[in-house]
Amino acid sequence: MTANLVNVLMGGVFHAAILFLVAAGLQVVFGVQKIFNLACGSFYALGAYTGVSAVGYFTSHGGPPALFILPLIVGGLAVGLVGLVVERGLLRFVYDRDETFQLLLTFALVLMLEDLIRMTWGTAPVSTGGLYLGYGQARVLGATVPVYNLIVIGASLAIALGIGWLLTRTAFGRIIRAAADNREMAEALGADMRWVYARVFTLGTMLGTLGGALVIPATAAMSEMGIELIVEAFAVVVIGGLGSMRGAFLGALVVGVLRSVAISVYPELEMLLIYLIVIAVLLWRPRGLFGAATA
Amino acid sequence: MRTTPLVLGVVSAAILVLPLMVPPYYVTLMLPFMAYGVVLLGFNLLFGYTGLVSFGHALFISIGAYTGAVLTTKLGVRHMELILPAAALAAALAAAPVGALCVRYVKIYFGMLTLAFGMVFYTFLLKFYRLTGGDEGMRMLRPSLFGREWAGFSKTAYLVGPYYYFSLAVLLLATLVMWRIVGSPFGLCLKTIRDNPLKAESLGVSVPRYRWYAFMISAVYAAVGGALLAPPTGNVDPTLAYWTHSGNVVFMVLLGGFASFFGPLLGAFAFIFLQDTVMSVFPYWRLIFGAILAFIVIVAPGGLMGLFARR
Repeated sequence: MTANLVNVLMGGVFHAAILFLVAAGLQVVFGVQKIFNLACGSFYALGAYTGVSAVGYFTSHGGPPALFILPLIVGGLAVGLVGLVVERGLLRFVYDRDETFQLLLTFALVLMLEDLIRMTWGTAPVSTGGLYLGYGQARVLGATVPVYNLIVIGASLAIALGIGWLLTRTAFGRIIRAAADNREMAEALGADMRWVYARVFTLGTMLGTLGGALVIPATAAMSEMGIELIVEAFAVVVIGGLGSMRGAFLGALVVGVLRSVAISVYPELEMLLIYLIVIAVLLWRPRGLFGAATA
Repeated sequence: MRTTPLVLGVVSAAILVLPLMVPPYYVTLMLPFMAYGVVLLGFNLLFGYTGLVSFGHALFISIGAYTGAVLTTKLGVRHMELILPAAALAAALAAAPVGALCVRYVKIYFGMLTLAFGMVFYTFLLKFYRLTGGDEGMRMLRPSLFGREWAGFSKTAYLVGPYYYFSLAVLLLATLVMWRIVGSPFGLCLKTIRDNPLKAESLGVSVPRYRWYAFMISAVYAAVGGALLAPPTGNVDPTLAYWTHSGNVVFMVLLGGFASFFGPLLGAFAFIFLQDTVMSVFPYWRLIFGAILAFIVIVAPGGLMGLFARR
C-alpha cells in the first residue's frame, strides 16, 4: 500500500520536476516581457528531439552509455539558443502591440515548430531506448524508482535554486526584477531593454528545451508533445500565479502530483480535474494561489 | 464603400452558380468555408466589435457538432432544420454560465479562462468514452434538408447539391442577422465598450452584461457553424474542441481582417483554400501557415481586408 502510494507520488514529482522547468521558462518571459509564450511547449518538444539525437550521436561515436546524460544536457541547452533567434527575428517587432497579437505570434511559432520537428525527425515517435535504466533502480520506502528519475528531480531542484540565486543575488537578476516591475523606470536608469529581453527570452527557451531533453530518456518524443504540454504548463502558471517563480514551483507540484493521483484513482478525471482547478483559481484568485511576488 | 454592394452582388452570384461551373471537389471545399464563415461572424462580434479574444471558441464549435451527431445517431432526429436550433440552444445553455464567468475578465485572463473551459470539454469528450465515443468520436449521419431525405443522391451529389445550398442559406441568414446586430444600438454599445469601457459605463451601459450578450451570440453562431461542419466529414471527434482549433479560428479572423465586417468571411475562405493548395504541394502546411500568421501579426495586422483598403 505505501509502496503503491510512494510510486504514485514519485511519478507525480518527476512529472512536476519537468513541468516546473517549462513553466519557469513561461514565467520568466511573462514576468519581464509580458508575453504569454504559447510556444514554450514547442521548445520543450524541440529539446526532447534534440536530446534523442544528441544521445544517439554520443553513443554511436563510442561514448560510454553511462555518461549519456552529458550530451543530453548539452544538446538541450544548445538548442535553447533558438530562443535568441526567435526573439531577435520575430518577437522584438511586437513589444508595443496589443497582447492579442503577441499571443498570436507565439501561436505562429507553435505551428512552425511543430512542422519543423516533423520535417527533421519524422512523424514516428523516437526514444533513447532503455538507456536510463542503466543507472539502476533505487528503493524508496518500499517502492522501486529509477535512479534517473531521482537525478532529474534533483536537477530540477538545483535549477530552481539556481534561478532563485540568479534573480535575487546577481546584477542581472536585479535588472530582471526591475524590468518586470517597471520597464520604463528600469530603462530610464540605464538598463538596455533590448539586451535584457534577448537574454530573458533565451533563458526562458533554454529552461523549456532542457526540460524536454531531461524527460526524454524516460519516455518517447512525439510531435504532439509540445501542444499537449503547453496546456499543462498553462495550468501550472495559472494555479501558481502568472509571473511568479515560487508559483511555478508550487503549481508544478500541485499539477504533477494531482494528475498522478487522479490517473491511479479515477483515470477519466486526469486532466479534467486540473482544468477545473484552473477555472476555480482564475475565478477565485485570478492572481493565482501564490501570486504575490513577481519574477 | 460605394463599391461594397456591387462586390457583394457579384460574389453572391458567383457562389450561387458555383456548383454548376467548377468541379465538385472545389464545391465541397466551399462547405467548410461556409461553416467557418458562420463561426467567424459570431467570433468577430466578440473579437472585432467587443475587443475580447476567446481562445476557447472551439468549445462551442464542438458543442454544435456533437449536438448534430448525438441527434442523428442516438435520438433519430435527422432534420437539419431541427439540428441547428438544437445546437444553438445547447451552446446558449453552455455559454450562459461560462460567459457570465469569463466576461468578468478581459485581455489575457479572458483568453486563459476561455481556453481552460474549452479544454475541460475536450478532456470530457476524450475520456468519457461511453458517452462521447472517446478519441474516435461519433458518426454524424446524413441529415435531411428542406424536409427531404435525398436518399437517391450519392454523397458527393448530396454535398454539392442540397447541402451546398442549405449551407449557403444559413450563411446568408447569419450574415444578415449579424449585419443588423452590429448596426443596431446594441452593436454600437459593444464598440463603445471595446474602445472605452469606462466611458461606456458612465453613459449607463452595463459593460459586463453587454459583454455577456456578445459572448452568448458568438457562442450560438459557433455552434450553428459547428453543426454545419460535421455532415461533410460524416463524423465528429474531440480535436474539434482542442485549443489549437480555437487558435485556428483566431488565425482565420486575423487573416481576413478583424476590423471589417466581411474580413472574417474572407479569412475563412482564404484559410480553407490556401490550406488545400499548400497541402497538395507540401505536406507541412503548418510551417507555411505559421509563417503567414507571423507575417500578418508583424507586418499587416489588418489582414487581407487591410491590404485591400490601403490601396
